[in-house]
Amino acid sequence: MLQAKLVLEDKSEFHGFSFGFPRSNQGEVVFNTGMTGYPESLTDPSYQGQILVATYPLIGNYGIPKENKKNHLSTVFESDRIHLNGFIVSNYSRKFNHWRKKESLSRFLKTQKIPGVCGIDTRSLTKKLRQKGVLLGRVLIGKDASMPAREAAKNIIDPNTRDLVAEVSTNQIETFGQGKKKIICLDCGMKNNIIHSLLKFDVTLKKVPSKYDFRKQSFDGLLISNGPGDPQTNKQLIENIRWALKKKKPIFGICLGNQIMALAAGAKTYKLKYGHRGQNQPCLEIGTNRCYLTSQNHGFTVNPKTLPKQWKVWFKNINDGTVEGIYHQSNRFFSVQFHPEACPGPQDTKWLFKKFIDKL
Amino acid sequence: MTKSPANGKFQKILILGSGGLKIGQAGEFDYSGSQAIKALKEQGIKTILINPNIATVQTDKGMADKIYFLPVTTKFVEQVIEKEKPQGILLSFGGQTALNCGLALEKRGILKKFNTKILGTPVQSIRKTEDRDLFVRELRKIKVKTPRSIAVKSKKQAYKKVGRISYPLIVRAAYSLGGQGSGFAKNKKELEPILEKAFSYSRQVLLEESLKGWKEIEYEVVRDKFDNCVTVCNMENFDPLGIHTGESIVVAPSQTLDNREYHFLRSLSIKIIRQLKIVGECNIQFALNPKTLDYRVIEVNARLSRSSALASKATGYPLAYVAAKLALGHKLYEIKNAITKKTTACFEPALDYLVLKFPRWDLNKFRKVSEEIGSEMKSVGEVMAIGRSFEEVIQKAIRMLQTGSYGFTDWSFEFKDLEKEIKNPTPRRIFAIAAALENGWSPEKIAKISQIDLWFLHKLKNISNLRHSIKNLSRYILTRETSTPANYPHKEKSFSGKLKTIFQIKKIKNPAKIKSIIRKAKQLGFSDAQIGWHLNVNEKEIRKLRKKLKITPVVKQIDTLAAEFPAQTNYLYLTYNGTEHDIGFEKNKNTVVVLGSGPYCIGSSVEFDWCCVNAGRELQKNGAKTIMVNYNPETVSTDYDECDRLYFEELSEERVLDICELENPRGVVVSMGGQIPNNLALALHLQGVKILGTSPKNIDRAEDRYQFSSLLDQLKISQPKWKELSSIKNALNFANSVGYPVLVRPSYVLSGMAMSVAYNKNHLINYLNKATQISPDRPVVISKFELGAKEIEIDAVAKNGKVIIYAISEHVENAGVHSGDATIILPPQKLYLYTIRRLKKITKDIARGLNITGPFNLQFLAKANDIKVIECNLRASRSFPFSSKVTGFNFAKIATQAMISDPAEKKFNTLDLGYVGVKAPQFSFGRLKGADPVLGVEMRSTGEVATLGDSLEEAFLKSLIAVNFRLPRKNIFLSIGPLEAKVEFISYAKKLAALGFKLYATQISACFFNKRGISVIPVKLKPFSHKKNNHIFEFSGKKIQLVINIPNNLETLGFSRGYRIRRSAIDSNIPLINNLQVAKLFIDSLESKVELLAKPWNKYVKYQ
Repeated sequence: MLQAKLVLEDKSEFHGFSFGFPRSNQGEVVFNTGMTGYPESLTDPSYQGQILVATYPLIGNYGIPKENKKNHLSTVFESDRIHLNGFIVSNYSRKFNHWRKKESLSRFLKTQKIPGVCGIDTRSLTKKLRQKGVLLGRVLIGKDASMPAREAAKNIIDPNTRDLVAEVSTNQIETFGQGKKKIICLDCGMKNNIIHSLLKFDVTLKKVPSKYDFRKQSFDGLLISNGPGDPQTNKQLIENIRWALKKKKPIFGICLGNQIMALAAGAKTYKLKYGHRGQNQPCLEIGTNRCYLTSQNHGFTVNPKTLPKQWKVWFKNINDGTVEGIYHQSNRFFSVQFHPEACPGPQDTKWLFKKFIDKL
Repeated sequence: MTKSPANGKFQKILILGSGGLKIGQAGEFDYSGSQAIKALKEQGIKTILINPNIATVQTDKGMADKIYFLPVTTKFVEQVIEKEKPQGILLSFGGQTALNCGLALEKRGILKKFNTKILGTPVQSIRKTEDRDLFVRELRKIKVKTPRSIAVKSKKQAYKKVGRISYPLIVRAAYSLGGQGSGFAKNKKELEPILEKAFSYSRQVLLEESLKGWKEIEYEVVRDKFDNCVTVCNMENFDPLGIHTGESIVVAPSQTLDNREYHFLRSLSIKIIRQLKIVGECNIQFALNPKTLDYRVIEVNARLSRSSALASKATGYPLAYVAAKLALGHKLYEIKNAITKKTTACFEPALDYLVLKFPRWDLNKFRKVSEEIGSEMKSVGEVMAIGRSFEEVIQKAIRMLQTGSYGFTDWSFEFKDLEKEIKNPTPRRIFAIAAALENGWSPEKIAKISQIDLWFLHKLKNISNLRHSIKNLSRYILTRETSTPANYPHKEKSFSGKLKTIFQIKKIKNPAKIKSIIRKAKQLGFSDAQIGWHLNVNEKEIRKLRKKLKITPVVKQIDTLAAEFPAQTNYLYLTYNGTEHDIGFEKNKNTVVVLGSGPYCIGSSVEFDWCCVNAGRELQKNGAKTIMVNYNPETVSTDYDECDRLYFEELSEERVLDICELENPRGVVVSMGGQIPNNLALALHLQGVKILGTSPKNIDRAEDRYQFSSLLDQLKISQPKWKELSSIKNALNFANSVGYPVLVRPSYVLSGMAMSVAYNKNHLINYLNKATQISPDRPVVISKFELGAKEIEIDAVAKNGKVIIYAISEHVENAGVHSGDATIILPPQKLYLYTIRRLKKITKDIARGLNITGPFNLQFLAKANDIKVIECNLRASRSFPFSSKVTGFNFAKIATQAMISDPAEKKFNTLDLGYVGVKAPQFSFGRLKGADPVLGVEMRSTGEVATLGDSLEEAFLKSLIAVNFRLPRKNIFLSIGPLEAKVEFISYAKKLAALGFKLYATQISACFFNKRGISVIPVKLKPFSHKKNNHIFEFSGKKIQLVINIPNNLETLGFSRGYRIRRSAIDSNIPLINNLQVAKLFIDSLESKVELLAKPWNKYVKYQ
């Protein structure tokens, strides 16, 4: 196996071996604590520009599944490609087995030209990210791995300075389903399972680019999807939503959609030290006795103190108290920071889709 | 601490324990009960505990507020409820025993009568999980699938109904022994002959859909009364469906499930727990089709279970503690995560390691028992290994079993038919797989035969491949032979018979290559000894080389959240799959390491865990920083709140040295965890580790037969004549010279393994040929076996050779019954003062002779005025908790004080007590199909109980009832073998008749007693059959309620009539007494008509 290493902007380095595409790359290094679901995570557009560290040490066990489509949309991947800039694991399973398998994780990474590094002490790496906050990093493969850390740590470009949403948003309008209610889905990097989850109802979905001007369109509801990066870069989208908030059509936001909703309402967002990425985040629905286990992948969050009067915190994370969902007192606009569509992760909050549909 | 809406409502709660350890219900319930008590006490609730298992931590002072050492039966529990009037009762912390008892109490209206509320899961829900029909019906309501099964009474009916179940299917004869009459049918044609066979065994036949080869997956699910649910852990069985999960190798989390499968089953689990309205914790077992998303729910356990104990240790999530809080009505999200102390318990642990559980079997301790493992549990314990690669954990686990293997690449079996060995699982299967891989079989081929998931087999193949790379290193390593150093510990001769090699490394070439292979080997879980063995080099040499190459393990924490949040956790493991320690090592001069007891097995059980926990608590009390090393998930000692640092790690020389080098302890306690840590004493000492207590040199003197024998000679203490022999001829000569019977055993033994009594020359020859294969490499020890002698034990503590405290107890059974299987009385009731004086003198002399500091135990034979020493252990013994709780003085704590300080001079009264304690063995013969239920020199009990009484008779009867013995009302069957026994029994038969019992016996016995004026009805035993074993003891409609069978000698072989009588009693669930002295005491006790009182411990004993 080829030598490989990960160098962080603080000049620390982690040595391992390459199991993906043999080309060096860079990005923002983040960790995810989920124990299953790497095919879903790899293809989650919210990871655009990031290098993902899996805290669970055994990765690749069940390979990569055969493609399977429903409504012309993959049910096994969350988009049509890998969005990561690199994948860091501890123990890569070269041999894999599953009845749905098509190929190995290694081949999947190689075909899509994404580097992968194994043999890393991902726990000590995670602890570093937890203590210092997310760091920029460089994955160095083969000969590049001999580059001194001092040098490699220099000039890593922060992906958050780019318009990441533009990179992953659709550039055409697609329609799904032929149901009664018409929903416009603002695609900021929407995961496929959001569409699958909505298509269980009597709806027609129109997936549109994030900057799409829907103001002259007819629709029954709006969905603002998940997506990568700093929400504040989505100026046009925020503007459009601000318009929609003055109307009466229900709006549902997921993840980045939650932050966009808050920004459009006039609140502020900020970057978390190391984000929430995992499948075990407990979220309490305020005013009830119910706490839900949720799947999450976000680096930014809403500042609850900046929420305007008509807006309330809906869910809060009981581990760190951060906002996990907000709603407008009219009950027509609401959004959650977590992923009710799961994939990967627990499906405990899929009732939110029904709630949204019922409002239409 | 959490705020509770229910707080204040309950002031007093009763907890039912699980009683003696038996197969299927072991030490895990000490752990869960102890956690429940801690949870209740935090709320200021008074706890009452009923548990006759005296060796548990939960029955310790400072745990439950009031403790009753009583049988967990409705009769006794009712008495306690009436007396204590608890407002609530917890049923889910004492296994099936507590659950069944609770259900019976409820059914009889006893709980209602005293206004005692069942806390947690409601009774209706428990019934739904216990009753198969209700269960299936309930799950059908929410469209959840269970295995399809129908019962038919004729072939015709079978053909008519078979359409409801798809082929392939299993045909089972109902009520048949060991699955006889069962078969597998792929189509109608195959069904015909199998039905024919099945109906020949039973009138009712079950047709079940076959789930052969499906994956077995478990989820541990928690729910509060507000419907908040989490799945704390999922687990995957390495062995596919068909093998009981207690008999399976299990990994957590699941390894071969993708996200869809994982969360599909998770969502189902939550749906099920909500439908069943369980409050607290449950375990759900699924069968998952390995080729589709099809599934079946196999069962739901609405209580804490072995799996939940495993899940707790695997994740660090205290399931029992949380379940107890939820039972009180708390909200799940208001309970704090006990590890992080900051985050909530309403979450699902994210693991950044994996664990593997391996069952520990002891089938070779039993005669005539089938070795095959399947749908019934036979294992007696388990081990859990933590690591960051599958290879690492399985190799650790194999070593942790302490069955003599260095790892996956080391086995001592010869496999004649590998395919059969892999197809039909036995405890050896893992090594059959290793041998097959070694023979070049592909993982695919093995997967096809075993239906084990290919992923696991590829990982095993990695280990097998690396063994070759290690062997190839020998060309780079030059060695020289050295002679055995004089002080080389004899333990180096490992008990599997291998001699550890003693080659030294002279020089190495190509260090880079060596480094990369050895590092890889360590990452795949190879031990130094294993690497050394493959390279023909001493373990210590590998350690030296490895350290020179800077290959050392790192310490990682278990924090439940994969490092996402900071946690001050002290729950630790070591791995080579990492580069950085999670923790720092301060130079604390007062750090003490306590070595735990390893897996529960026959001979080593919860009692040693009790000793370790008490030692730890005493050390902490004295200001020491304690480090616990143990890897048994069923224990309290592996609760991270019991010590300052918990290393869930191997108890091996290598690993303990690793830990000591990092932690620099003041000393190591090896004398509390039984034989496993005791065996490490000398090796650790020679490596410079300070051993607390008696010096390892003296431990060795006691362990080494020759040295100990000459010490006894010096002290003028007599011992049975013995000799170590290595040929049949010499063996026979020696046996002749001392006279038969003789006790014979291999020279290196663990707890009576493969010991036997030879009554004549043929017996002896047979044993030497078959059991031990005597040779100069494998010598045997033969000693004179004393018939009719009394056995006495002393548990004691000494300091610098001076005895501080001792307790004398006597066995009910005569010598020849393993002390672990004996019924023990404390204080002794029938010893002469002279004997006691002599025993004390011997004890003092030995303590001085070995300069003992700490715990020790002596075993004696007494015949007339002659007292012989038969065993001396310089460690805590199995009976330490019994001696402690009956006398009121905690021997483990006193021993710990002796090891670290000078305990104050004090007089302990352990002899003149106003009450009696009786310890009775708990057997699991019912679980071990075919095993001969006899007592002998090999230990066979799986657990024990002890009760207290104002008289011997009272305590004895209570302890019998506590091991599931039901007192007879009318009909007793006698089968007294030896003539002397018959004669001795005459007066007792008379007593039974006078008490109004109806006695039955075989023709000859009946005739014997009739002639002596005792009315015994002669009966002809029905032939032993597979069909109607339940009725073998039914004579003209009268059911036998007790069988007294006194075997002809202790070591009968073959399927004698005596065996059939004993076995049938077990199979028909009829109480069996198989020892003359026990029978006599039993009859005397019945005659005494003593009242069995429900008195709490503190009414008998002032415990200090």
